[in-house]
Amino acid sequence: MTAALGPSVFGLDPLYDGGVGLAEVLITLLKVGVAFAVLLVAVMLMIWFERKLISDMQNRIGPNLAGPFGIFQTLADGIKLFFKEDLIPEQSDRLVFKLAPYLSLVPAFLVFAVVPVGGDFNGGDGRVSLFGHETFLQVSDPPVGILLVLAMSSVAVYGVMLAGWSSGSKYPLLASVRASAQMVSYEAALGLSLAAVLLKSGSLSTNQIVFEQSVWNWNLWVTWVVPMVIFLIAATAELNRPPFDLVEAEQELVGGFHTEYSSIRFALFYLAEFMNTITMSAIVVTLFLGGPNGPDFTTVGWLSGLLWFFIKLMLFLFAFVWLRATLPRFRYDQLMDLGWKLLIPLSLGWLLVLASYDVAGDRGWNRAAAVIVMLAIMAALAGLLALALRAARQRRELDPQGGFA
Amino acid sequence: METAVFIVCAAIVLAGALGVVLARNPVHAALSLVGTLFGMAVLFLNLEAHFLAAVQIIVYAGAIVVLFLFVIMLLGVDRLEDLSVEPITGQRTLAILAGLGTFGLAVAFLATSDIGLVGHTKVLTLDITDQYSNLHQIADVLFTDYVYAFEATAALLTISVVGAVVMSRRMARSDEAQESAGDD
Repeated sequence: MTAALGPSVFGLDPLYDGGVGLAEVLITLLKVGVAFAVLLVAVMLMIWFERKLISDMQNRIGPNLAGPFGIFQTLADGIKLFFKEDLIPEQSDRLVFKLAPYLSLVPAFLVFAVVPVGGDFNGGDGRVSLFGHETFLQVSDPPVGILLVLAMSSVAVYGVMLAGWSSGSKYPLLASVRASAQMVSYEAALGLSLAAVLLKSGSLSTNQIVFEQSVWNWNLWVTWVVPMVIFLIAATAELNRPPFDLVEAEQELVGGFHTEYSSIRFALFYLAEFMNTITMSAIVVTLFLGGPNGPDFTTVGWLSGLLWFFIKLMLFLFAFVWLRATLPRFRYDQLMDLGWKLLIPLSLGWLLVLASYDVAGDRGWNRAAAVIVMLAIMAALAGLLALALRAARQRRELDPQGGFA
Repeated sequence: METAVFIVCAAIVLAGALGVVLARNPVHAALSLVGTLFGMAVLFLNLEAHFLAAVQIIVYAGAIVVLFLFVIMLLGVDRLEDLSVEPITGQRTLAILAGLGTFGLAVAFLATSDIGLVGHTKVLTLDITDQYSNLHQIADVLFTDYVYAFEATAALLTISVVGAVVMSRRMARSDEAQESAGDD
């Protein structure tokens, strides 16, 4: 059946090396099922974790009634939402209105499919044995790997945008246009900071990226910290999380899907939002912190990878909640300035610095000198840009009615 | 298997294309275009062109159609159009004629050339040498043989972006001068 298709259609997973039979199909289905279930439970716990942690930081108790420590609060909320009345506004575009929540949810799930959550990278290449078959601990390892993450985050924009438009009212429309403008802008910074990682790893496959980082060659220091900082900021903005959560600001609550959506459709958006937080943290761990890499402290080979991945993931999830509890919200123009005028030029420049370091190594030049020359050129260009911006501003102040030229 | 994937995707692509032309609501037309682009991406995957498939989604579905939607929504043309009025006289007749002409040319080309309508007897592209990642292969060709064309395209795009910014800026400022509101 599969003879017509090349092996790469199924990705790089060694599971499919010996052809695809019933066992392979069942193992793949099992992986899909487990990933789906784990992600759903993780979202439930994440919402509880966030509420509990933030109430600790604000010196209150938080959810404490449903189950031990209020751990079932999310479940209760979910059931409540499920039984609420499902309203569809009269003026709405019914088909698109029903489609939009799924356009948010499905990409959030799919991103998780390429994340290697475990495996033995201490000498191995991440293979584990599952029912006698060698495989990677990730649902799929497509050759385009990390590009799937970018593709899905750009598809997720449709969910936000169409939710606002199809509500058939101008306030959700304005809010959703604003939200999608934010997501599209920060996608550029996200992609460019990712390019630095790809330059060092030489592969798009997530398994390969993690493998290149084993054991202690984590991209965090291989790419000299800056790309990870840019990626984290861009990811926070992409997730619409504080301090970039203007989309759902309490002072101006006209967020795209908050206005007209109710019941289970609202729950789907809510689910997608928290799921994106988890998957984005998992992507950061994969790209910059070596995924399941770490010294083996258990006797069972596959367990330590999973544990390391979980520890690193929790680090970022905690950080996201911490940011929410600590930082004040950005203004919209500040948000756009940060993205377009700082993060994008910086990530482009950093990519060139890293490339010059590599090229100098290949050509036998002095690497430090090459990097210093590159940094000097960058600084000169940044200075020129700042000068031009200041001149333009002064000119505007002198003649506010004047033309642009 | 390959043929089955092709048939399903070709149906999606064609249905999307028809939707773009026939949908009366511009937003629905744009969404049909997204469907077409996704079908095309799967067709690329079917040909083992993984990188092209990913770029198809990221650039076309993720950026270009999103911009279409921005324009449609912000200009407020996202309602049913009155199709009984023809903005330019003879527009539709000319469009039908041009469409038929292009279709006829394509069929004539395929019928007379040695590529063949069914079963590819001649391959017009390079072989895929590395079946696991065609990124390296694309990069090699793009940055050696076609580097001038590539850079020229980049320059063209940059110039058009700068031009668009300059033009839109000027209009915004003249509006502002009329309202005599100085700060922005």
